Amino acid sequence: MAGFRRMYGSNPLHLLAHAGVFFIAGWAINQILRAGFVINWIAWFLGAALLHDLVLLPLYSLLDRGLMITTGARREPPPVADSAARARPRAINHLRVPAVVSAILLLVYFPLILGYSSHNYRFDTGHALAGYTRNWLLICAGLFLFSALVYTVRVIRSRPRAVPAADEQPSD
Amino acid sequence: MKAPRLPRLPAIKPPPLPGPPPGPFRPRFWRSPLRGPWLTSVLGSILLVMIAVVAVTGLISHSAYQPDVVKGYNAIVGPRGDIGPLISLPSDAPSWAYALSQGAHVTIGLIAIPVLLAKLWSVIPRLFAWPPVGKPAQSIERLAILLLVGSGLFEFVTGVLNIQVFYPWHFLFVRAHYYGAWIFISALALHVCVKFPTVVRAYRDQGVLRPLKADLANTKPEPFRPGGLVSPSPATPTISRRGLLGLVGAGSLALLIANLGESVGGPLRRIALLAPRGRVWGTGPNDFQVNKAADSVKVTALASDPRWRLTVAGARTVSLSRPQLMAMTQHTYELPIACVEGWSTTQHWTGVRLRDLAALVGASPDAFLEVHSIQPKGPYRHTAYPASQVRDDRSLLALCVNGVDLSLDHGYPARIIIPALPGVHCTKWLGSMQFVEA
Repeated sequence: MAGFRRMYGSNPLHLLAHAGVFFIAGWAINQILRAGFVINWIAWFLGAALLHDLVLLPLYSLLDRGLMITTGARREPPPVADSAARARPRAINHLRVPAVVSAILLLVYFPLILGYSSHNYRFDTGHALAGYTRNWLLICAGLFLFSALVYTVRVIRSRPRAVPAADEQPSD
Repeated sequence: MKAPRLPRLPAIKPPPLPGPPPGPFRPRFWRSPLRGPWLTSVLGSILLVMIAVVAVTGLISHSAYQPDVVKGYNAIVGPRGDIGPLISLPSDAPSWAYALSQGAHVTIGLIAIPVLLAKLWSVIPRLFAWPPVGKPAQSIERLAILLLVGSGLFEFVTGVLNIQVFYPWHFLFVRAHYYGAWIFISALALHVCVKFPTVVRAYRDQGVLRPLKADLANTKPEPFRPGGLVSPSPATPTISRRGLLGLVGAGSLALLIANLGESVGGPLRRIALLAPRGRVWGTGPNDFQVNKAADSVKVTALASDPRWRLTVAGARTVSLSRPQLMAMTQHTYELPIACVEGWSTTQHWTGVRLRDLAALVGASPDAFLEVHSIQPKGPYRHTAYPASQVRDDRSLLALCVNGVDLSLDHGYPARIIIPALPGVHCTKWLGSMQFVEA
């Protein structure tokens, strides 16, 4: 047993469970491939993972890095822990939230927004595919505007009061 | 004679393993101060609940197509080699049961996408773990992870494109999505077992919710462990953990609002700005959503021909014109059309009960029903229904909707409408019905 563990790197149950999953996966893949289009299916299966891991994720990480540089987020001193003072709000997250939400909506609905669905959509429903691009742009504009509004309010509220101590001085 | 003693060779030391190449293979490349076992555990736990719902509702939808009813008519994933339906709606389920189940499948699948992306982001350093292969256990674990990530993304991508009727691939969506789900479910079950101790340890060390209390100023990296997810050189945080989870939640909320209206209807339909079937075509009695318009399956001329007759076969065969069908006892029920793509719409349907038609041709209550559409092309032209559905009072051969004749797009001259059945099985432009004794 110890020998198996040393050679294999884990207990026999680990091997057994993985073998079970590979068996189910083999059966499922065989069922899919029976219908043909083997290369196309494999390309989509591996392509989805490669596209996400090696293109999409590095791309949005780089965009976020660019955002951090342009807003100077990393150069700002870290906020003081447990400080009673209201910290000055940071611009970066007021850009991140609307940007991420807009990007997710585009990522999910790009066939409708960019018109890839238009042929099938018109064919199936009898109606032209229209309005999705406009709706998405309106949502983006709304998100960025709302975020800017919240940011402005937060900046104003975080300003030190213009009339501090002076008022509390007893007037002569 | 004694063999001469060979000189002992000096022990050869294996050359030291080369260090990881520069770039993402070096742990110091990854700087996010938020990555760590707690964050991944939280995202994974949320995702697991969502995917469990999506998997169960997906299997319910598979059995709602009744792939095991006669002749493989309904077996769209291929009749050979499939396992039987696992989870089914009860036969006396309310009429909205399939609409709810499939609406949940699509909606929860959509709102899981931001969580999935965040989960994959949180573990991306593991993709570049160095050395890439080690002991056999490590290697087959990585292979299982490839199956998990590959099938997971495959399921989400194919599902998302299918609801938008965009098919940039050559394989059959239904078959690939169904069997892809089995790879995903099995690989995920294994992943949960393998990672369960890690999750328990993360929750025990950090508290399940405690890290959410920390604002940006108090956001500290999780304790560093070599080979783990925590960066050895974390950067200054620019967002708190609760901020990151809030960001993910905002993405999910946006998808929820953008899509839910096509399943729920009412005022929500007006704000479902990106839902593929969220648009409102008009206020007329026939202006609700259509899956396949009459023109798209080239049935317009055939369906509007006044010589149309419905052939109903059982112990005897009759041929009925539309006025003859209208002269039979009519029943009205409020029933949904619920598409596998997740949208649904509930309308008032009027027509002849299927069991009245069965009685008309002398079929027994145990007979199942096969129907054929007059549409010359397209899938789902032939469908079979079990006896339990034929016997249901609410199962209709619908002739009218909302008090007026069916429009051509909604199946004029006659269509099937059955409670809690996937929309494509509510066959339109009916040509013949055959009650078959079991």
